[in-house]
Amino acid sequence: MGSNMAECHPVAYRWPMKAKMNGAKLIHIDPRFTRTSATCDLHVPIRAGSDIAFLGGLINHVIHSERWNTDPFFRDYVVNYTNAATLIDPEFRDTEDLNGVFSGLIEYTGGVQEWQYNAFVGQYQSDSWQYDRPGPDTAAREEGRAAAATQKSGEQTAGTDPASQPGGPMQAVADRVGGSSVPSQGWDAYVRSLKKPPARRDPTLQDPRCVFQILRKHFSRYTPEMVEQTCGSPREKFLEVANSLLENSGPDRTSAFAYAVAWTQHTYGVQMIGCAALLQLLLGNFGRPGGGIMALRGHAAIQGSTDVPTLYHSIHGYMAAPTALKPLHQTLRGYIESEVTPTGYWANMPKFMVSYLKSMYGDAATPENDYGYHWHPKILGDHSHMAFFAAAAEGKMEGGFIVGQNPATSLNAQVEREGLRRLKWLVVKDNWLTESATYWYTAPEIRNGDVDVEDIETEVFFFPSTQIGEYDGSFTNTQRMLQWHYKAAEPPGDCRTDTWFYHQLAKRLKAMYADSTLPRDEGFQRLTWEFEPEEPISPPGEPSAHKILREINGYQTADPSQHLPGFGALRDDGSTTCASWIYCGCFPAPDRNLTAAKEPDPPGEPGAHLNWGWAWPANRRVLYNRASANLQGDPWSERKRWVWWDQASSRWMGYDVPDFGATKRPNAPADPNGIGLDALSGTDAFIMKGDGKGWLYVPSGLVDGPLPTHYEPAESPVVNPIYPQQQNSPVFKRWLPNHAGNALAPPGDPRFPHVITTYRLTEHYLAGAMSRWLPWLAELMPELFIEMGTALAEEKGIRNLDRVRISSPRGVIRAKALVTNRIGTMQIGGKTIHHVGMPWHWGWMGIATGDVVNTLTALVGDPNVSIHEGKAFVCNVEKD
Amino acid sequence: MSVTRRNFLRLSSATAAGTAIGGMVGLGVNLVPARARAQELRIKDSHTVPSLCPFCSVGCATLIHTKGGEIINIEGDPRSPHNEGTLCPKGAAIYQLHKNPNRPTQVLHRRPGAKSWDVVDLNWAMDRVAQLTKESRDATFLERLPDGNQVNMTPAIFALGGATLDNEFNHVCQKLMRGLGIVTIENQARI
Repeated sequence: MGSNMAECHPVAYRWPMKAKMNGAKLIHIDPRFTRTSATCDLHVPIRAGSDIAFLGGLINHVIHSERWNTDPFFRDYVVNYTNAATLIDPEFRDTEDLNGVFSGLIEYTGGVQEWQYNAFVGQYQSDSWQYDRPGPDTAAREEGRAAAATQKSGEQTAGTDPASQPGGPMQAVADRVGGSSVPSQGWDAYVRSLKKPPARRDPTLQDPRCVFQILRKHFSRYTPEMVEQTCGSPREKFLEVANSLLENSGPDRTSAFAYAVAWTQHTYGVQMIGCAALLQLLLGNFGRPGGGIMALRGHAAIQGSTDVPTLYHSIHGYMAAPTALKPLHQTLRGYIESEVTPTGYWANMPKFMVSYLKSMYGDAATPENDYGYHWHPKILGDHSHMAFFAAAAEGKMEGGFIVGQNPATSLNAQVEREGLRRLKWLVVKDNWLTESATYWYTAPEIRNGDVDVEDIETEVFFFPSTQIGEYDGSFTNTQRMLQWHYKAAEPPGDCRTDTWFYHQLAKRLKAMYADSTLPRDEGFQRLTWEFEPEEPISPPGEPSAHKILREINGYQTADPSQHLPGFGALRDDGSTTCASWIYCGCFPAPDRNLTAAKEPDPPGEPGAHLNWGWAWPANRRVLYNRASANLQGDPWSERKRWVWWDQASSRWMGYDVPDFGATKRPNAPADPNGIGLDALSGTDAFIMKGDGKGWLYVPSGLVDGPLPTHYEPAESPVVNPIYPQQQNSPVFKRWLPNHAGNALAPPGDPRFPHVITTYRLTEHYLAGAMSRWLPWLAELMPELFIEMGTALAEEKGIRNLDRVRISSPRGVIRAKALVTNRIGTMQIGGKTIHHVGMPWHWGWMGIATGDVVNTLTALVGDPNVSIHEGKAFVCNVEKD
Repeated sequence: MSVTRRNFLRLSSATAAGTAIGGMVGLGVNLVPARARAQELRIKDSHTVPSLCPFCSVGCATLIHTKGGEIINIEGDPRSPHNEGTLCPKGAAIYQLHKNPNRPTQVLHRRPGAKSWDVVDLNWAMDRVAQLTKESRDATFLERLPDGNQVNMTPAIFALGGATLDNEFNHVCQKLMRGLGIVTIENQARI
């Protein structure tokens, strides 16, 4: 679902194909009939954006099915490995109680004056969503709730906290920043002091406040009839999917989901993926070979650039970026209090954070100054892609660097170009003269005379880049696997690596700030920058990729030649330096770069190719793989053997690196006074979670509800069939609501009656920079097109290859018509809805050119992660 | 038998099957040695370097063949458990990322209000970018919010990109930006 794997990840799709030859059943649920559909056993059409309704229907079907209620495997897995039995706060109210919203919905009032781009249309206070924990008194319980509410949220749920208001307690906190907040009793003891009592549970799953009963009620509306009415998916095909999943899940079978950006690019994308996770947990398909949910990501290093985050909201290894919106973040101790989970592996967070700060500020990071925590910048809210382009369009950004990305053809492209035009300066570093490098003299608004080149005051630079074969380094693929690549040839002319660029910029700025006496420059002066190679690398000035990887991997602070063997070696006293705790172990000795390992397993032997590349964490290939064994530590079945408890050696063994305490017995009880893994039992397989359970219900960390709920996209031709009173997510993000260029169509707008989805082709790459300049690829797929069904084409008098005009409330583009039976017509809520689809690879530069499809998209997004809604919106189509 | 272009055409047009291959096979020509020789010639005496496909996230391993320091061929690495030597159409075109007449190799600069680029010196451009970065940072830097909250940041400079680039790039980029107080750091994982 949410992926066209055969066309977008063709080489990976060889493996589902091999599985099919071995008897696996493949199902494709997608608005379009693609090559993936053609090679699957079953294709189920679905209305774009309605996946939660479909998945919710599967959940409802599964928990009422005979197989799920009679095979003891499912009960064993769900009661012991998930939070199904956990009781939730008595104040919690479900969407079933409140007409489509959860308890705690309020008007959005957060954010700071200095940055007003958080864009929430509403906000939840999540206090009532928390686990029900016994407490000595109500006050302590309230305190526990508040702490839980601030935990590891990707976005800012705080901000409304009165403490952050002027004159609040913040002032007192601010007065002591720069000093030490390191707890005198040590971090472990401090983390122990933050422990909350374990939540109440009902292993019989009968209590109406237990997670299982809550989700049972929550999904009761999602019947096959409702699925058909909401998704347009025929009832019998839906039931075939449901029964196939049930038949292929259990002790000796597993099922997997593969998804791509058609599950992320929605105003409820996180909930869509969460809904699949919920279903897979119910079916016992996590931590087991052949199970799970596979994210098919789109770029060679996109996993790496998320782990090593060139993303505003997180710092290395998925720690939250310190934020001005959480009052606790004023000191290191407060940051730890706010972000740590005292039980489960995240209890080690002080080690990760202190080692990270050592990698930033080196010797200047000491316990006396909170390891330089106060030098680290704090975010002011949402600084994501759409947020900062909205700010740029309002003249709030001065300059920036675009390296290997092409926003001039990106989301609501004309508004993004408006932002670019208002910059003082812009650096573009790329392999090609992209639309983002040339917008100021070649964009449509320049060519049609709407904007005069000479009125654009931006100083623009273009630096040519190297290609993959011209330098050393590592990529992390979609499987979390790091692989090293080597330089084969010199780059031509002034082409330099992108790493060279920032390294050289850093050296220049270091020199420029060296003599500053301003306190604000102290952090940058203290920033360590030690990437000079031992031997010069050509072209001159190139930094050492190995030294950078060493800093990511970590080393003993006293001796950088002593690389750290793994995150178990990290310390919270400054004696270890490590940028990324999750990558710790990839480069365990100066002569052992495991990312360069290239030894596949011998043919025919079970294994995970542990000597080909290196996967984080700790080279584990299947996460939470303790769940591949039953409560006693034995494989659920011989067929699905992966990791197991070996009595003879008293340790976990397997084809993979066990994702569990290596010698923790399966029957080990949780230590009631312990922190970290000691606080979890031998059956708590989900070791990153505070309760060791896979979360069916998400009490904290999401801003839009603890359970997935079907809402309509920000633009839809129909009223929400499941909750007619609640059309959209009550908390989605919408930027520039008053900008004419970001207008939205109301539900059922007759001017824009069709559902449009965007997609990718095998022959092109994303915004096209890396494919539209290549003659081989341009020849294979030379032109932009719009794919539409025969019924719509007949209605509009459009024939194949006709030129078509496509409009949304944001703009108009033109493309050739591709009329097929592969995309079609659906009956939704009594209305006939036509789908159309467009690949979005084109722009005006390169040798294969076409209109920018993102002219049609809006700046609206997911409230948790600020990803835009590119996979379901509305348009009109006319013959040109 | 050797086949020149001229008698190749003559042979093809003379055959009843009407196809070149059909024609030659019909005349008893065995193509297997010719194919093997072509393969050998293409990478003969070349140097082989392990690399990766820079397109999607599957992580297909490649082999780059060079001769005299020039890339002459790029193909799938048969040892890789992921791709077992195969590549998709994009992966098969990696060569043209490197060897391509459209590839820019000079540093370009556009003055405010100018209608066209100037070709400039790399070091001059780096110095100028550093100067602009410093000016904008210094003009927009926030040490504290009005409530006293210490933030040490600027919201007004952005760094965009990273998902197509190495882990090492991403580390250096985010470290420099955060070191300067620049928090608007984003890449394609957001979109």
